[in-house]
Amino acid sequence: MASTRPIISCRDLTRVYRMGDQEVRALDGVSLDIHEGEFVAIMGPSGSGKSSLMNLIGALDRPTSGEMWINGRALSEMNRDELADLRNETLGFVFQQFNLLARQDAFQNVRLPLRYARKDVGDIDARAKACLEMVGLGTRMDHRPMQLSGGQQQRVAIARALANYPKILLADEPTGALDSKTTVEIMHLMQELNKQGITVVVITHENEVAAYAKRQIHFLDGKIESDTAHPELQLASGGRA
Amino acid sequence: MKYGVATSSAAEALFSNPLRSLLTMLGIIIGVASVMVMMSIGEGAKAAIEKQINSVGTNVLNLQPGSMNRGGRNQGGSSGRPFSESDVAAVGDLPFVESATGVLSGQANAVSEEANWVTNIQGGSASFFLVNNWKVDEGREFTEQEAQGGSAVVVLGKTAAANLFPDGNVIGQRIRINSVPVEVIGVLESKGQGGGMGQDRDDTVVAPLSMVRNRITGGNRWVSRHVSRIQVLVQEGYDVTEAQDEITTLMRERRRVEPGQQDNFMVVNFADMIKQRAAVAETMSTLLAFTAAVSLIVGGVGVMNIMLVSVTERTREIGLRMAIGARGGDILLQFLFEAIALCTLGGLIGMAIGWIGVFGYAQISSAPMVVSPIIVATALGAAASVGLVFGFFPARRAAQLDPIQALRYD
Repeated sequence: MASTRPIISCRDLTRVYRMGDQEVRALDGVSLDIHEGEFVAIMGPSGSGKSSLMNLIGALDRPTSGEMWINGRALSEMNRDELADLRNETLGFVFQQFNLLARQDAFQNVRLPLRYARKDVGDIDARAKACLEMVGLGTRMDHRPMQLSGGQQQRVAIARALANYPKILLADEPTGALDSKTTVEIMHLMQELNKQGITVVVITHENEVAAYAKRQIHFLDGKIESDTAHPELQLASGGRA
Repeated sequence: MKYGVATSSAAEALFSNPLRSLLTMLGIIIGVASVMVMMSIGEGAKAAIEKQINSVGTNVLNLQPGSMNRGGRNQGGSSGRPFSESDVAAVGDLPFVESATGVLSGQANAVSEEANWVTNIQGGSASFFLVNNWKVDEGREFTEQEAQGGSAVVVLGKTAAANLFPDGNVIGQRIRINSVPVEVIGVLESKGQGGGMGQDRDDTVVAPLSMVRNRITGGNRWVSRHVSRIQVLVQEGYDVTEAQDEITTLMRERRRVEPGQQDNFMVVNFADMIKQRAAVAETMSTLLAFTAAVSLIVGGVGVMNIMLVSVTERTREIGLRMAIGARGGDILLQFLFEAIALCTLGGLIGMAIGWIGVFGYAQISSAPMVVSPIIVATALGAAASVGLVFGFFPARRAAQLDPIQALRYD
């Protein structure tokens, strides 16, 4: 297990949603440390709180109570713009539905986070090109999402997530819309990126996907049910849904 | 703020759905086109009126006999007892009068060797040219001696000259007016449309007063040495309204109007009449401006409506942009630019249409129209401001979206 300082640190996180007059405790006192260079799979049935945790780690949402630090900074002390800059500079998102801009080609999609960057990112076009080449789409830069297969679209999304040299890659069911062969390709790509030093956090409910991670965290009813470092053991015992 | 992203995505959104963009712009197009036409007509009318006022002069008064009732029937304007040359002399002796001339006018059938032309003839003294601020373009004016002596000489207006002598050689030619042979000694410079009613002032013949009375129009049964009207040039700096009052007092005395009785003559200031017509044009202009403003507001509401639709349609896109690091301000700017671009493009189209309208109107009405850079700037500025004002609310709504809810929206 990595012994560096935690790049993601959560203490007693609670997230309560109000639905009409009902209160839903999506997260209930979660404490968690993820260190730089880890490859973590977060698992659990729907409604278990894994997506809520992902939104908090992704600085897209704020906890009802508890505190969290990303890259050493307390999120509760940051305003909306600072959170936006954090998402831009430190985090990279990959979504189940890819979320590419349909009217723009692959190259323009990858350029987008670079154009929003406030720090100096150097030659934007060269960086976007390099990222697309890294995911194996160097020859399809002028294709629009509609002209690409699902796997290729997800590669574009990964290239976009990589553009700003993120420390953390957050993937929410990245293979949920892909077939098993493409799933393997995408997960190999993530593994490759992890080897290059990027911390990867993947949400999934598929054991095959989770198997690529070095650490698996299972959620149930807003709480951590288990946190294991050996995926092989999980698979041997039959895994959990 | 990242202006680059905002402008490029605004342009992209604009052209991704051209028909919708065009329909949205319609109100702005109409508004800007009417701003253009309105301002051009206004400026043109102002220029025309200034020219007319300069051509009649602001310090010239016209005395006309009033209407006359005979047998219970009104005989119409200037049918009353005419003035006489002694009236002209009396008015001319007033201290504030620079110069005065009696004018006797009538219809004239002018015949040259090449053509004949029905026009009007105005008999006046030598000061006719000074009072009317009317110079000869070719040849010369008639002198006081010629005027006194009733010489058979005439000075032609531009229109009359052009019709009688299509070939252009005018000076020294002999023509016949109502069978009386006269010599053309000059051609007047063009005055264009003018007077109180906008008739062609160049369609005229000017001749010595006594010659006109003795040989062309004939005398008057009741008034000897009569004139049909008196033109008075008031001294520079003297209040024209006061001059009007004093001349009225003098003429009431001379024409024996009892106190309490109505004047049997009129003292008219043409410059005043033109200003009154200008006021009417002003009202028209205001009305058009109001229409333009309403159209721009309606157009702006249309833009706001479509921008709200656009924000809703693109909620996921907004969420995605926020997730990858766009600040609220970046999103605000993007939609604001889109609204401004929409309105400015509409403004440009509206200006093109307005321009066509301006020239079309100029063709059919012969009214002068002016398209100045100020008009262009005002029209475009109005369009862009509408975009700014009506685009702000939808843009702010987009900027304040919650990233999570926006990403989940479908």
